[in-house]
Amino acid sequence: MERPSALQRLRAAFFASPLDGLITVVLLAALLAGGHALLHWLVFKAQWAVIQVNSTLFAVGRYPLDQQWRLWLLTTLLAGATGLSWGLLRALPRPDRRAVLWPANDRLAVALLSGLGVLVPLVLQLSTAIALRWWSITALVLACRWLAGRWGTALPAIARRGWPLIWPLLYLVGMTLIAGGFGVPAVSPYRWGGLLLTLIEACFAILLCFPLGVLLALGRRSSLPLLRWLSVLYIEFIRGAPLITLLFLGQNILGLLLPGGFTPDRVWRAAWVLTFFAAAYVAEAVRSGLVALPPGQMEAARALGLPVHQAMLKVVLPQALRVALPAMVGQFINLLQDTTLLSLIGLFELLGTARAVMANPAFIGKDAEVYLVLAVLFWCCCAALGLGSRALETRLNTNPQPA
Amino acid sequence: MTPPVTPWWRNRRLIPWLVQAAVGLLVLVLVAFLVGNLVRNLAAAGLLLTWRWIGNPAGFDIAGSWLPFSAEQPYWWALLAGLVNTLRVVVIGLIGASIVGTAVGVASFSGNALLRGLARVYVELIRNIPLLLQLVFWYFVVFLALPGGANAIQWPGLVLAQSGLYLGMPELVNGVWQAPIRLSVEFAALLTGLIVYISAFISEVVRGGIASVPKGQWEAARSLGFTPLQTLRRVVLPQALPVIVPGLNNQYISLAKSSSLAIACGYADLYSVAETTLNQTGRAVEVMVILLGAYLAIDLVISALMNGLNRAVQLRSR
Amino acid sequence: MPHPPSLIGKVLRAVPLLAGLALTGCAVEGSGLQSQKLAAVKARGELVCGVDGKLPGFSFVAPDGRYQGFEVDLCRAVAAGVLSDPARVQFRDLSASERFAAVNSGEVDLLSRSTTMTLSRDAAGGNALSFGPIHFYGGQAVMVNAGSGITTLKQLAGKPICVTTGTTTELNLADRMRELNAAYMPLKFQNDGQTYAAYLQGRCVAVTSDRALLAAKRSSFPDPKAHVLLAGDLSKEPLATATVNGDPVWADAVRWITFALMQAEESGITQANVESKLAEATADPNQADLRRFLGVDGQLGQQLGLPADFVVQVIKAVGNYGEIFDRNLGVNTSINLARGTNRQWTDGGLIYSPPFR
Repeated sequence: MERPSALQRLRAAFFASPLDGLITVVLLAALLAGGHALLHWLVFKAQWAVIQVNSTLFAVGRYPLDQQWRLWLLTTLLAGATGLSWGLLRALPRPDRRAVLWPANDRLAVALLSGLGVLVPLVLQLSTAIALRWWSITALVLACRWLAGRWGTALPAIARRGWPLIWPLLYLVGMTLIAGGFGVPAVSPYRWGGLLLTLIEACFAILLCFPLGVLLALGRRSSLPLLRWLSVLYIEFIRGAPLITLLFLGQNILGLLLPGGFTPDRVWRAAWVLTFFAAAYVAEAVRSGLVALPPGQMEAARALGLPVHQAMLKVVLPQALRVALPAMVGQFINLLQDTTLLSLIGLFELLGTARAVMANPAFIGKDAEVYLVLAVLFWCCCAALGLGSRALETRLNTNPQPA
Repeated sequence: MTPPVTPWWRNRRLIPWLVQAAVGLLVLVLVAFLVGNLVRNLAAAGLLLTWRWIGNPAGFDIAGSWLPFSAEQPYWWALLAGLVNTLRVVVIGLIGASIVGTAVGVASFSGNALLRGLARVYVELIRNIPLLLQLVFWYFVVFLALPGGANAIQWPGLVLAQSGLYLGMPELVNGVWQAPIRLSVEFAALLTGLIVYISAFISEVVRGGIASVPKGQWEAARSLGFTPLQTLRRVVLPQALPVIVPGLNNQYISLAKSSSLAIACGYADLYSVAETTLNQTGRAVEVMVILLGAYLAIDLVISALMNGLNRAVQLRSR
Repeated sequence: MPHPPSLIGKVLRAVPLLAGLALTGCAVEGSGLQSQKLAAVKARGELVCGVDGKLPGFSFVAPDGRYQGFEVDLCRAVAAGVLSDPARVQFRDLSASERFAAVNSGEVDLLSRSTTMTLSRDAAGGNALSFGPIHFYGGQAVMVNAGSGITTLKQLAGKPICVTTGTTTELNLADRMRELNAAYMPLKFQNDGQTYAAYLQGRCVAVTSDRALLAAKRSSFPDPKAHVLLAGDLSKEPLATATVNGDPVWADAVRWITFALMQAEESGITQANVESKLAEATADPNQADLRRFLGVDGQLGQQLGLPADFVVQVIKAVGNYGEIFDRNLGVNTSINLARGTNRQWTDGGLIYSPPFR
């Protein structure tokens, strides 16, 4: 049988039957009309002054101007680490894998990143100095990716294995840079805002909700009734409550639950509420992973003479977490999106900043521009998380489908 | 020589009890600590728990309440009116999100590549943008920008104006639209936002369910002369339902809880009424207890219904 | 063989410790006076002040990132009086609906957020706040589009009216419309930004709030002349600062710092001349009132748990009541508000400070 020509394939895809043809035509017409309207609005109607004037506010809130070099430094470090990790992941295939090293959308991600990196500063008409910095940072990511991809294989084994540790280290360095300490002047949390605050809250909660969630999941599967009940009680209570009520509790009732005058800053309180909230959902994701695992795994490990905690840590959990990975990353993405709720309790994360900016009568009616930029930002962050998760999934999958 | 005595800390039967006792005690102490502080702090502020306020007249009005409500009625009636408003959004939202979600989920298996692609784009676009952002977008950018009066967008049987959505046979009387069914734009914005957001997740559940049906089923149905639509309705969906229904439960609960974001677009739902009540009475703790209880109850009802549905589809599929 | 102390024993021994921990934090000694708040503020070296943050003239963030406004200056005055430094204030933007919970949970030390003093907000069985002196006498008004042709409240029957939730205006509106037997549609928003955005986008025919607040907000609209305030007030809206109930020492400190602003205007003491007045009082033992007021004689400051020269610090930092008013709201600002009832009692107004003695 000869292969169908391009025309035939096109026909099969879009005009297989008269109905299909009709659907295609209608959809195409709608798409073209919608696309045209959007483009027309983007190019001729939209006024980006609201973003340009407030770009610093959106990025870092009221972070002191003379201290902002710290954030640029941190961004550069993060960009470098991202590029290097990316390149290393590409360069170092798992030994048991031949063809499927890395998802095919890797190239797409490069194109998307460079496109966004170049275009966004242009579209927003940021000042040349700022735009140049963004371009250099984009270039740095790509350069590091290339470098690590090229020479990553030459690294000693210990460097390769220890490489992931760079991330917790960077987190600590980053928080020091942001908040101050070790000789760096302190910047109070109430001056953090915009994207900076969104990312601080999300990163903190994602990092901490994971271990908490695993503990809760183990508690729920425990043979000790009290532990089990407490875990179930906690998980179901949290999952039954809307996040906004919990945030309100954290902001306004927590002060009543603690001895007078002893309350952490509201920024951190919100971060803890997010953490405790997400932990319940992560616990459910991990639990589904544990349930999916055949009980034989535990029994086999025990039969080999491993004590329970060792069997759990070395045999059961790694497999369960691998199964639970997509669901967990889904929760992390939700968590990132949930940070927008902080705007409802008066914190100036991205959406809160946007609402504050639009309360300024000079920018009334510019909602569409602001929300569009926010949507693009969130979309990129969430999509990047999703992409990373899929990459990790491919990498961790022990039974790869033949390509 | 005496037989070796197992020290108590290695006793297999004792250890679990000790661990539990320790954890239980810790939790008890923690709870006692928190409650003690709460009582002391509330007493210091003169706000000891009481429920007497709940019978006092509310003094505020609720727009678009389904229960007849006016300012002289008590707080508990106001909260009930808010609950009814929440339930209205949740029920209509559930139905709408299920329909849209199923349609999108099915579309991602279409033979038409364009439709398939669009379904994917819809899911990827919507899932990665926060719901709250979408809600304020729908309200402030889309619905508040609708023209009013005679300039309103008019379709047969449906009029979209800034003052609301009019269904039935809308007509313009003295510059004001009149129709049998009128939805406020606040309600419409909240509903649209919830349906669009949750349907993207539901479509993924549906897609997973359909994907779990072996491909051979499609081919067998086709060779029996079923049309694609018939195949879907009579062969594939019945087999996919046992996989779909448990996944729907989480999404429905998520929708119910997300409806509390109504305050972002001015709709008077339970949370919004509770916040007003809390503010006018100063009874923060009591109102929060009511609020958490109400949402927990809604979740339990949804879970119970979905469990029933689950049992039904599992039985039928045998 | 000695057993190691049992786990249960350890836990049991920890219980009284934890319980003890729970009981601490009740009484903190502060300058000889039992005040948790005053001690906490002094220990922190910073006053946490809850403000609106988005209301021109009252409290808003200027383009340079600094908070400005009438109510912001009240916070600065308290910081100057307590900590001798007006810059030691941390501002918290609060929505109308979270402000009281924020005071009661100790989230803020002082609420300076255009809050109307009412019985139920003051009473221990209500919101249980403790109010400072009334620093602004206002009334509730309704703003409509100039082109709408609406001149009375009655004409708003059946129309959507925008209002911020958690305010007295929300309740007053309900009362007035009920008196008029006019059904209406209250569209409630959590923060002022959304309320005014919905009004400006035409979703509501009218928006209601305090007259001065509406005027302040209108001044920032793209076209202020396109909006008018209906004649006649819906209610009395006396604005005051608030602190947590159950800490009378702290409430007194706030109260008398506010009175000091009013007394300074009455006595003709301004930001510019406070130093020379102080020198004058120190030199002349016969000016008993002035000496007492500025802390040269007597123990007024000490009785409040404040520095002896707290009045001097306050006036040096923010000026007297009249100066604060003129700077933020007065006829020379974009708010363009006449003093009206907020004149000194000596000019026929309601601003009246009890004697400092």
